[in-house]
Amino acid sequence: MSAVRELATRAAVATPPAMATRVRGLSDRAIAWLFIAPTLVLLLAINIFPLIWTIRLSFTNFRANRPNANVLGVGIDNYVSVLTDPDVWQAMQATAHFLFWTIALQTLIGFALAYLIDRKFRGHGFWTTVILIPMMLSPAVVGNFWAFLYQPQIGLFNYAVSYLTGIPPSSFEMLGSVKLAPWSIIIVDTWMWTPYVMLICLAGLRSIPDYIYEAAEVDRASKWRQFWSITLPMVLPFIMLAILFRGIENFKMFDMVNLLTSGGPGSTTEVASITLKREAFEKWRTGYSSAFAIILFVAVFGLANIYVKALNAVKNR
Amino acid sequence: MKAIWKKLPALAAIAAAGVLGLGSTAAQAQGKTITLCWAAWDPANALVELSKDFTAKTKVNMKFEFVPWPNFADRMLNELNSKGKLCDVIIGDSQWIGGSAESGHYVKLNDFFAKEGIKMSDFMPATVLGYSEWPKGTPNYWALPAMGDALGWTYRKDWFAKPELRAEFKKLHNRELEAPKTWDEFKQVAEFFTGKQIDGKKVYGTYLFTERGSEGITMGVSNVLYPFGFKYEDPKKPYAMDGIVNSADAVKGLEFYKSLYKCCTPPGLTNSYMGEGLDAFKSGQVAMMMNWFAFFPGLYKDPNVGGDKIGFFVNPAGPKGKGSQLGGQGISVVSYSPNRDEALAYIKWFASPDVQKKWWALGGYSCHKAVLQDPGFTKSAPFAAEFLTAMDQVVDFWAEPSYAQLLLSEQKWVHDYVVADKGTAKQALDGLLGDWKKVFKEDGKIK
Repeated sequence: MSAVRELATRAAVATPPAMATRVRGLSDRAIAWLFIAPTLVLLLAINIFPLIWTIRLSFTNFRANRPNANVLGVGIDNYVSVLTDPDVWQAMQATAHFLFWTIALQTLIGFALAYLIDRKFRGHGFWTTVILIPMMLSPAVVGNFWAFLYQPQIGLFNYAVSYLTGIPPSSFEMLGSVKLAPWSIIIVDTWMWTPYVMLICLAGLRSIPDYIYEAAEVDRASKWRQFWSITLPMVLPFIMLAILFRGIENFKMFDMVNLLTSGGPGSTTEVASITLKREAFEKWRTGYSSAFAIILFVAVFGLANIYVKALNAVKNR
Repeated sequence: MKAIWKKLPALAAIAAAGVLGLGSTAAQAQGKTITLCWAAWDPANALVELSKDFTAKTKVNMKFEFVPWPNFADRMLNELNSKGKLCDVIIGDSQWIGGSAESGHYVKLNDFFAKEGIKMSDFMPATVLGYSEWPKGTPNYWALPAMGDALGWTYRKDWFAKPELRAEFKKLHNRELEAPKTWDEFKQVAEFFTGKQIDGKKVYGTYLFTERGSEGITMGVSNVLYPFGFKYEDPKKPYAMDGIVNSADAVKGLEFYKSLYKCCTPPGLTNSYMGEGLDAFKSGQVAMMMNWFAFFPGLYKDPNVGGDKIGFFVNPAGPKGKGSQLGGQGISVVSYSPNRDEALAYIKWFASPDVQKKWWALGGYSCHKAVLQDPGFTKSAPFAAEFLTAMDQVVDFWAEPSYAQLLLSEQKWVHDYVVADKGTAKQALDGLLGDWKKVFKEDGKIK
């Protein structure tokens, strides 16, 4: 609430005196509150209220598909059930695997691409635009066309692999194989979102003043030394920011997985968001899924907070 | 100028009154409108055509809300659970009947049927049990049987008729290459076609359901499990499932489905349902296709694979007899509808034998005895006789209010076993049994 009060005070200070005198009987502070009230109401209605309601539901046996049934308090039973459910832990494992590899690949490739583009070679503007195309597409479109690309009989992906390795195209199934299905989603997500990481890294690289490199040249520092001592430390906050954004986004990944595998084969690619959706809107275990949602929220919120603190520490170095 | 500003509210009021007046006149001229909700598929188009007669007769306009099958349950159950007024009439899936009856989503139709002289004995018993009754086996009706359906099979009659293939098959199996009547025969035929080059293309024996997200693989597996002797519960003791769901017969059935999937289906179909099956069959990829009877009229008309090139057969018999997975739906009135009278009028109109006959003629599957027991019915379409046979041997999934939980558990366990190669058939069925018992325990059905 102190943040809100601070905002109101800032708005009050910024309000022109003429306006305050025009609205008789209202103090500057009251006018400021009047201006920010709609935003606050909206925030409370669409963010805070559902959150509080979800917390309340998580302690009940409520099912949204049985409006006439008695709603009973079940204490922390739903939380215990979620935390002891092997399916949930399997989903968390699948999520962790997906998160780790997508972030690792996107950071490495994104940074490498940004480093290349930053060289400002002939036509670099054109290539930047080309590289950015995947992230401009809708995930629904991307999911659908990659499903076709991965089709073992007609898909171009299998033919490309076959061309490079000599393995027959119909002999492996990217989406149907337990071993390959998680990687098929990682490949698509990396293809789509590496440009985003590249863009943030590029901003970081462009923010490094040229005179630092010039000074390093004068000191006869090698290119390798310049990279380790100037480029990487100065671009690190940007890389960490990109990791934060991609991490939060991929933790709640749903659309791509749903379109490509629906969580299959079996439950191999069933990430946490797919499990949550199934529990909430297919099995209609509203109380249980509310508890699951709160656990996920606390996990993401906690991890993001720790990460932001680390990011600030790096920035203030 | 000021005078105009002063008169503005009055002018606005006159204009608004005019607009509203015109609007209400138009509404009166057009009569009332009711919305019918269903899945987006071939029979829905036939129903649009059929419903024109209703509008002509009653002056009640019809609007349609059709949702593709993969999203149908999510969309419509959300609508019903939120007491939405989108649908006045709904053709809901057979498994929804328990939940929709107990949650008050559907209007109970007993009094209406009695008043209008609509008799459930005029409809095929399996469809009344499957689509209308809750609790099952009691005379409590929540829907009128609307669209009879079951899982059946299509095959490439033209491929089966090729002399060289017939000769080769006879030499191999010492019998004619015909539509299979048992699962053993089915597997022989499926294996025979797999890998063959026909019309310059590599073909496969069969298409099976493997879809993971909604109900696909459960429907496909059940279609094999029933003839192998699978039961949901002890017929003498409701909800007693130990040794029944995970019986040796059920294990054999599940292993058989996996063996078919492994030996004889095209690669890449690891998450496939009705649409993918139609694509595989229409593109000449498979010799036999599992799918719902609802699609057969459309397939028969297909210029590439229909007509003389297509044949139909009922689900093969297994070691423990016959059985087909029930599909199809009943038509219900949504209790939150503000147009209940018009919705009930639609049901009354739809129940009449003449409308039912036209429904069948347009491509819908009537459940009315006036249609199905007509002497000419079996000859009325090339798949009509098979449909009748299938409807005599149908078995349905649970229709409990918790059906979705039960269904999703089976989706997970059988997909894990059949497609993802996790564990054994016994482990899958044991796991399924454990999940189902947990659900029924939560519901208070078992201790």
